[in-house]
Amino acid sequence: MRVALFVTCVNDTLYPDTGRAVVTLLERLGVEVDFPAAQTCCGQAQFNTGYRYETEPLVRRYARAFEGYDHIVTPSGSCVAMVRDNYPRIGEKAAAEGRGDELAEIAASVVPRTYELTEFLVDVLGVTDVGAYFPHTVTYHPTCHGLRMLGLGRRPVELLSHVKGLELRELPGADECCGFGGTFAVKNAAVSAAMGADKARHISETGASAVCTVDNSCLMHIGGTLARLGSQTRPVHLAEILASTEEHPYAPGGIR
Amino acid sequence: MSGGTYLGMPAFPEAASESTQNKQLRANLTHATHTIRDKRAKAVAELADWPQLRAAGAAIKNRTLRHLDHYLEQVEAAVEAAGGHVHWAADADEANRIVIDLVRMTGETEVVKVKSMATQEIGLNEALGEAGIRAYETDLAELIVQLGDDLPSHILVPAIHRNRSEIRDIFAKEMGNWGRPAPDGLTDRPAELADAARLHLREKFLRAKVGVSGANFMVAETGTLVVVESEGNGRMCLTLPETLISVVGIEKVVPTWQDLEVFLQLLPRSSTAERMNPYTSMWTGTTDEDGPQTFHLVLIDNGRTDTLADTVGRQALRCIRCSACLNVCPVYERAGGHAYGSPYPGPIGAILTPQLRGTQSKLDASLPYASSLCGACYEVCPVAIDIPEVLVHLRERVVQGGEVTLRGSRTTIKPAKGHAAERAAMRAARWALDHPAALRGGQRLAARTRRLHPKRLPGPGKAWTETREVPAVPAESFRDWWQRTRGKETK
Amino acid sequence: MSTREQVLGRIRRALADVPHGETPDDVPVNRDYLRMHGERSAEETAELLAENLADYRAIVHRTTTAELPGRIAALLAGRGAGRIVVPAGLPPEWLAAAEGVELVTDTAALTHRELDAVDSVVTGCAVAIAETGTIVLDASPDQGRRRITLVPDHHICVVRVPAQVVDSVAEGLERLDPARPLTWISGPSATSDIELDRVEGVHGPRTLEVVLIHE
Ligand code: SF4
Repeated sequence: MRVALFVTCVNDTLYPDTGRAVVTLLERLGVEVDFPAAQTCCGQAQFNTGYRYETEPLVRRYARAFEGYDHIVTPSGSCVAMVRDNYPRIGEKAAAEGRGDELAEIAASVVPRTYELTEFLVDVLGVTDVGAYFPHTVTYHPTCHGLRMLGLGRRPVELLSHVKGLELRELPGADECCGFGGTFAVKNAAVSAAMGADKARHISETGASAVCTVDNSCLMHIGGTLARLGSQTRPVHLAEILASTEEHPYAPGGIR
Repeated sequence: MSGGTYLGMPAFPEAASESTQNKQLRANLTHATHTIRDKRAKAVAELADWPQLRAAGAAIKNRTLRHLDHYLEQVEAAVEAAGGHVHWAADADEANRIVIDLVRMTGETEVVKVKSMATQEIGLNEALGEAGIRAYETDLAELIVQLGDDLPSHILVPAIHRNRSEIRDIFAKEMGNWGRPAPDGLTDRPAELADAARLHLREKFLRAKVGVSGANFMVAETGTLVVVESEGNGRMCLTLPETLISVVGIEKVVPTWQDLEVFLQLLPRSSTAERMNPYTSMWTGTTDEDGPQTFHLVLIDNGRTDTLADTVGRQALRCIRCSACLNVCPVYERAGGHAYGSPYPGPIGAILTPQLRGTQSKLDASLPYASSLCGACYEVCPVAIDIPEVLVHLRERVVQGGEVTLRGSRTTIKPAKGHAAERAAMRAARWALDHPAALRGGQRLAARTRRLHPKRLPGPGKAWTETREVPAVPAESFRDWWQRTRGKETK
Repeated sequence: MSTREQVLGRIRRALADVPHGETPDDVPVNRDYLRMHGERSAEETAELLAENLADYRAIVHRTTTAELPGRIAALLAGRGAGRIVVPAGLPPEWLAAAEGVELVTDTAALTHRELDAVDSVVTGCAVAIAETGTIVLDASPDQGRRRITLVPDHHICVVRVPAQVVDSVAEGLERLDPARPLTWISGPSATSDIELDRVEGVHGPRTLEVVLIHE
């Protein structure tokens, strides 16, 4: 089984801890994981803002970078949704524009191999107890892509419920969008901020010491809002919680 | 919002940044949308076969749209065979002219109206007013909007932005100027407000000679029109006048009588969260000695065929105007309906308006961006319109331009103005992302300068840092860590 | 070119992607949804109808054919109804016990204002749908013109059980004739226009009483 990590451009640049956590976690579970350095970005921001043509080279790059891997695992729900929902559309549109089937074939090849981390853990490895230890109160925000597009369902909560020492607090209004939405956060900053403020309020109300998601882009917005409001609740990616053990407990700023 | 016009409204972000500050509006909308959200979920959960009904609803509409010419000819023939008259209007002006002429033929100078999205879309009330014909809105929420010289802000409940005490004030102040005044000592109890409307409008119903309506469905095989409502004002307008004029979008046709078994389950549960709405009227042409003896059906295009020509955007024409997408939309909840600058607010408005009107104006070009793409709308839509998909598709049209159909002609449109800087940034980002070495260079530069990064950014970054901290740039990117610790790079 | 031709022409051009020769039936519609929801005996169906009607604030009464006239008389007396409009074909025995009320028969000549001065209306129905708590009128002789069940403030509607009761919307539609003017009624008139919360009683009858007669 050849497994590649697609760390995503946001994590690569801003949240390397999350990438390291995925590597730690998978290796602990006996999975050998590669990081093909040709990878960069899935093209989500470009595509969702309307720049489909600017996205196409990134689709090709993704396919080249991950050629030959059985599983492409990524700690970002929205990037998986981009590949799964939109790569086929990009392929279809290119074909309809008379530019051949290349992109459609790429989509057909990468879509079934691309997994969000919790899908990979639960569906491919068949584990829900990853032997993690995280002695804190945590609330889980199911991001829109994870909830509605990927249908992650109970997978993340299942995984969290097996983490030793972790106390899960239910988040009121969990299914409501945090207001990030990529370029939406700056194009419609006022509405985005209003949504973020409501999400932050709900999170603070849980009294949890950490809020986790399967996506650092939403977490950047949520965490940024919480910090500005002076909240004590920290944003933590789910992977970092799962990577944390009694021997190597989670520490902000990175494991190892 | 007043003056009753959408003309000259600012783009969505500007309008919304103002309305999000309006505490009263926010409170009214949050209260109303959250009330209906939970109820809808319950009403839908009652039916074990909801996913199948939803799929069938979408499929029936797809069948209709792919053969729309056939079904329109069929419904036209059936309505005429049942004693009705059918008129065709290519755009709003033509539709308004037809209705004005029809009213003039009756010699009347006033009409009673059932709430209809189509007549709002074409601005019928204003056109009638200019022709010296007074149109009385009879739906409670439309009455509130009309008396308040306001604009509708919701498909189902046009006055959703008003709470009960605001409604009380409007009734107390304005009813007297339009007819029977509100009773003295009117309070803000909803039942009392409804009663005031009953008394105020009864007089108008009893004397009306002309009724104007829309329709929720037209059945092609039988020529039957269907109006779904709650209050009974629809029944009043559809049965008491001598002449009935129904203005209906061409996409409202459904093929068969049996098809109603799907939509009469999908619509009430999705819109008012009821098993069934209080009143549904169905009529086929005219009936001797019962109801209007003259019936006109005005079929309007007004941008629908342009929408139909877009194979991705076409699905917006499946919409049955239930408003479920508005009620779950976090953007609508905070921005309010007026920011969308058309009678179609919320998610459906964000995909329908730029297709019906085109994306030329600044406002219309901003609508596809009025969404975080959270997908809540798609999840509740009873005819499975993938609103996020269409939003992104229309964003492409805005920034890339391309081939579209405008008023029936294929045209190539240019990218919308005001996206030049963004386009350049996207190209630059794409270039860097297609060159991992360049990406790495950028990451290292950012890491080296990380202590200098300001907390508040100027320019476009300001929109972020106004309410959020910027993430700190780490000392080492993931890719550098991997290379340092794992040594070998694959490929 | 007429507007009709223009619009139909636009539609045909817009549908250039639809393969030539495709017919409406070539577009699949899967009707694998349920014809009715749940299994019920006839008695359970009537019970569900009563429950759902009451849930939307209709007042439900259950009686027998023999006791119907007495029940109607009591209901009218209870409201102090003096003038009643009745459809021309209402079974005369239904009102046999109603004393001291003036009967106004539904005719084309009746004016709207005369109708507005009436207290109550008594009708039969075409079909009743249990799953949604709906009664449907089709303007048959025992139901009359549409307006008589609209303008008065009080409507008594008689439903024959089990003959007129169906389970579902699908079964209801099947029994109805689209050529007739149809009015579907689910509870008294209501509105959700104030803060999206339901309030009963706007323009239609504010009191709806449904009498289920078990035959
Ligand atoms: S788009 Fe769907 S959810 Fe929104 S109003 Fe139309 S039918 Fe209802």
